[in-house]
Amino acid sequence: MVWRSWGPSALDDLITDFVAECRDMLEALGGEIVAWEADPSDRERLDSIFRFVHTVKGNCGFFDFPRLATLSHAAEGALADVRAGRRQADPALVSAVLAIIDRIGEMVAAIGQGQEFPASDDSLLIDALEADADEQDFAGQAAISSSGDGVARPAAPQRTIRLSVELLDRVMNGVSDMVLARNELARRLRAAPSEVAVDAAFGRLSSIIAEMREAITRTRMQRVESLFIALPRLVRDVSSELGKQVMIDIQGGDVELDREMIEMIRDPLTHIIRNAIDHGLEMPKERLQAGKREIGLLSVTAHQSGNQIMITVADDGRGIDDARLVEKAIATGAIDAAEAAGLSQRERFGLIFRPGLSTAKEVTSISGRGVGMDVVRSNIERIGGVVEIDSTPGQGTRMTLRVPLTLTIISALTISSGGQQFAIPRSNVEEIVLATDRSVEISQVGDATLTLIRGQRLTNLSLARTLDQGDAAEDKEATLIVLRMAGGELFTLTVDQIHDHEELVVKPAAPAVIAAGVYAGTTLADDGSPILLLDVAGLAQAGGLSFVGGAQKRHAEDSSPAAPVRQETPVLLFTGLDGRRRAMPVAVIDRIDEVDAAMIEYSAGQMRVVIGERILPLAGLDTAARGQEKVRMFRLSDGHSELCYAVAEVIDMQVIEGEPIAAETPGEIAGVALIGGEPTELVDPHWLFARYSAMLEPARIPVCRLPSGDRWIQTLLRPLIESAGYQVVDEASDVAADVAIVSCEAAATSQAPATAAQTIWLRSSIDEPDGQDGSIYRYDRDGLMLALKSASGGRGR
Amino acid sequence: MSQQLLIVTIAGRRVALRSLDIQSLIELDTLVPVPRAAAHVAGLSALRSRMLTVIDSTVSLGLVREQAPGNKQEAMVVEYEGHLYALLVDDVQDVTEAWSDPLPVDADLGPGWQQAAAGVVETAEGPLLLLDIARIIEGQPVARAA
Repeated sequence: MVWRSWGPSALDDLITDFVAECRDMLEALGGEIVAWEADPSDRERLDSIFRFVHTVKGNCGFFDFPRLATLSHAAEGALADVRAGRRQADPALVSAVLAIIDRIGEMVAAIGQGQEFPASDDSLLIDALEADADEQDFAGQAAISSSGDGVARPAAPQRTIRLSVELLDRVMNGVSDMVLARNELARRLRAAPSEVAVDAAFGRLSSIIAEMREAITRTRMQRVESLFIALPRLVRDVSSELGKQVMIDIQGGDVELDREMIEMIRDPLTHIIRNAIDHGLEMPKERLQAGKREIGLLSVTAHQSGNQIMITVADDGRGIDDARLVEKAIATGAIDAAEAAGLSQRERFGLIFRPGLSTAKEVTSISGRGVGMDVVRSNIERIGGVVEIDSTPGQGTRMTLRVPLTLTIISALTISSGGQQFAIPRSNVEEIVLATDRSVEISQVGDATLTLIRGQRLTNLSLARTLDQGDAAEDKEATLIVLRMAGGELFTLTVDQIHDHEELVVKPAAPAVIAAGVYAGTTLADDGSPILLLDVAGLAQAGGLSFVGGAQKRHAEDSSPAAPVRQETPVLLFTGLDGRRRAMPVAVIDRIDEVDAAMIEYSAGQMRVVIGERILPLAGLDTAARGQEKVRMFRLSDGHSELCYAVAEVIDMQVIEGEPIAAETPGEIAGVALIGGEPTELVDPHWLFARYSAMLEPARIPVCRLPSGDRWIQTLLRPLIESAGYQVVDEASDVAADVAIVSCEAAATSQAPATAAQTIWLRSSIDEPDGQDGSIYRYDRDGLMLALKSASGGRGR
Repeated sequence: MSQQLLIVTIAGRRVALRSLDIQSLIELDTLVPVPRAAAHVAGLSALRSRMLTVIDSTVSLGLVREQAPGNKQEAMVVEYEGHLYALLVDDVQDVTEAWSDPLPVDADLGPGWQQAAAGVVETAEGPLLLLDIARIIEGQPVARAA
């Protein structure tokens, strides 16, 4: 038997727990066994040994360890007889039970190590339990099993202990405080003149703390599989109750999530799945009539995207009848007919999150129990998550839960308003646009402000006004943040300034602060000053936005009905600094920044830009920005690394129509497509990240020094050296060169030799022996390249 | 059993608080306002990287400050239901010992004082009104609704 033939690793986790538990019990049992052996009539000892075999038996059934089950069952039976007084605990029985416990210990140890347990006959051990068992028979067997001494201490590859989550939380809080204390110390150190030694020690401390924080964060992580493992059973139970046939497809169980977060999404996820089976999937007959397979398909996938986990539940059922949803919403008075007419499709689906709305014709025992989607939504929102819904009538529904990785550390955008700093959860931030951007139009309607961004009309809130900080100066420099609420509704928020994108340690705010209704928590800035974390839903409410109220947001263009199911890549159209019309896939654009031209520099063979404390490679720009004070750029992210792409102007968001014409050779431009009727170059983000990935882990570019006076070298050799990936400097430059190339003739005429770590000598005549001074014939290309490569430690191309 | 009391001035009156409830006395340097919060929430501050919610005791009692808060803001740090608070007071005067258990007061203390009062204690300094810290943190019912 192979102990570990089960695929799902959550099962492995459970087995690890089981092994750990058995080990703990065996360890604790050690003394009991000895005491019981000395006094078989000791009832207390008997009870604890009975409990052990009983627990093992119970767990074996669950894990399917038949041998363990048989052994523990036999021992349990014999001990139960003793407990019931049907049998006396004589030394023979004690020995037999002990032999079985030893064997269990050996098996558990083997399971813990993922080994196969050597096949041997357990029946002798079991027979020994019989009341009339021959002492003799048993003695032979006992010899085998007693070899399992030290069972509880096998050379397990990974030792584990079990801890309470509460203790972990305390450690986690301690580490968070340590990070803040370190930041404070850093600030004091910067303020006071300090010694190099102190700085070095502090640097070490910092890196240790950072490491610890990462490790402790990991201890709180759990595979989302532990959440998914119960789903097949749930699906089976629910579907059989409803007389439906459902197949569940689970993917991405290895994604890790904060333990607490897993607990928080357990109920909402269960509810969504119940809903999908109950309301989404049709009865087998209906499915056949609709030309679908009899068996409904439900797929649950999890994947990580930056600091968020996306869990998607998709079914291939009937989809959401948005017309009926609207009808019902009007009937219950949630919205009026005029409002209903103005809803986009997404907003109509969003109605499902309204309390008291359900499209089911009749309430079933499965999902119509008053726990509605509104509860699901508020639960997810409470942990800083978002629920998105998408449905195509007749084809299915897709619900996506986007939740942050942890509750305690969130990715946030820091902004300021009314001279005060605030933070907004990154998960709510859809986009950042400048009020001056040409694609943005702001208009005043009564006391309200509306924005038009790429054809979409959104309500605008001024943060300063919403927070009663007084009217923000209507200045053109203001920045708009497009915020997305849990139901997918968008609105824009005007703030004075955007600062940075930071990882913040969020602490719960005091009830008096939460009572304000617009804060989700508090956090400390690096300088130790408190920052309030804004609650986007609360802000919308405080600002008087009622989304499903319809009139707030309307598409300027008539929103098209269900988009055709076609692979469309949304792209952002822009003009490059070279004036060309290009398009960048929206998915890779993290945000749009405006950076001082002074922050851009050409260094180590590449344009780079300083953003915050980071230096990022900059594409889309070949020379320093001329005559511009600020340069606009896309921040691109592939999930791991970031780079910037300078642009002249952002035009519009579009989708690619038709097939693009691919470029002949791979490069920055993947091809050309017609977008908005004009040919547009498509930027290839894959190529960009591939091109700059070396720089993201900065590799030094080798430097080669060439004499500036030598015409042959400058005209013939230099291009060759440069194309080999070297930066070329002349003898006047004080850049430290890896290698210098000098001609023998020049050296002979006592020209000052170029200095470098290594020098390559070139001679003009082919037949001079090269042994003497190691010189290379100047047209010996291969020899020269080889010499270059060895001189620069193989860094060139 | 005698109890240590801290005598502070709030809105010009001397009152007593249980020393045991008070973790430390600090002078606030930073105060970040909390827009839209109840009036008695003066703002947020931080103490050794822990968040402090600063409560203006005078406003909390529904009283009017006699003097505008100066630069030097004295505050008492207390922990209540898992959160740290700093209670702003006019002045911290002395520590004394309670000679008696707090006794209910029959007299009309005025609405603000009444709702935060835990009783009157006899001390070497004469009778003092003992205030309940929880009530100060919770503030006026009206203030909370605001």
